[in-house]
Amino acid sequence: MNSTYALYAILVMAAVTAVLRFFPFVVMGKGKTPAYVEYLGRVLPYAVMAMLVVYCLKDVDLKNAPFGLCEAVAVFVVAVLHKWKRNTLLSIIAGTVCYMILIRL
Amino acid sequence: MKKTIIKRAFLDSLPVLSGYMVIGIGFGIILEKEGYGFIWAFLMSALIYAGSMQYAGVELISSMASLPVVAITTLMVNARHLFYGISMIDKYKGAGTKKPYMIFALTDETYSLVCYTKYDRKEDNHLYSFFVSLFNQCYWVAGSLIGSILGSALPFDTRGIEFSMTALFVTVFVEQWINAKNHAPALVGLVASALCLAIFGRDNFLIPSMMAILFLLTIMKGRVIGDE
Repeated sequence: MNSTYALYAILVMAAVTAVLRFFPFVVMGKGKTPAYVEYLGRVLPYAVMAMLVVYCLKDVDLKNAPFGLCEAVAVFVVAVLHKWKRNTLLSIIAGTVCYMILIRL
Repeated sequence: MKKTIIKRAFLDSLPVLSGYMVIGIGFGIILEKEGYGFIWAFLMSALIYAGSMQYAGVELISSMASLPVVAITTLMVNARHLFYGISMIDKYKGAGTKKPYMIFALTDETYSLVCYTKYDRKEDNHLYSFFVSLFNQCYWVAGSLIGSILGSALPFDTRGIEFSMTALFVTVFVEQWINAKNHAPALVGLVASALCLAIFGRDNFLIPSMMAILFLLTIMKGRVIGDE
């Protein structure tokens, strides 16, 4: 381990992450929000949430058994339960428990 | 009113509590294995506060990657945060002294909770978002400290519990789907990122996905998706 190097590396990671987070607010946040950015603000959350779901599932192995079946079933359970009960905590707990059981079968 | 909002922020953040505890503990454990103890776990979780980047960071630090490589990797892994920022510019407007922290703490999970409007008054939304951000970071820091200190001594088999994060995003996706009048933006996100994953592979698909989403949403403006 090398403390000086690690500290610098952490500061670089922190700085770049912060720049990415602050950039839109600093560059486009002045004055009245342009109509295009307002439009993006309205539609991006839907698209981004879909992208995040795909991002979470990116490591699923579709080529070998069980061919992502555990994930597919668990996602299905979460989605259907949520459509039915609209209770976030319940959907998440049920889906996660279901997944943890499935991967141990 | 203030109390009710903070209470709701806390209750809404509970799914993130379970997810961050697990992922945070995992992070603390692998960092500790590389010889960096709880002070380093605290530093990273307090200052960087980005889950997948901190995992990548352990790898970078242990292999002593050069600082430019560290910077470029961070840029690639975290570029999606630009998207979160763009969609929160209007919503976070006028948040005053709370705003810098709310921007700093805008992680995937926090974004999923604050990206749609919960209250009629802007101040209430800002208070809600601020506390969601704060609670979430507390869970994250606590998780990484626990992982770092207790390490692999933890007695239970938590394999698979990280699915709670995926489940959180799925519930938000379904919630948005039910509330949306137009499903085109959600479908654009789903199809574009699935296609990019198939074409570019798991390590490189995020940036092409974001460009494709931005492009498609832009050409759909005023046609498929109303301007309002």
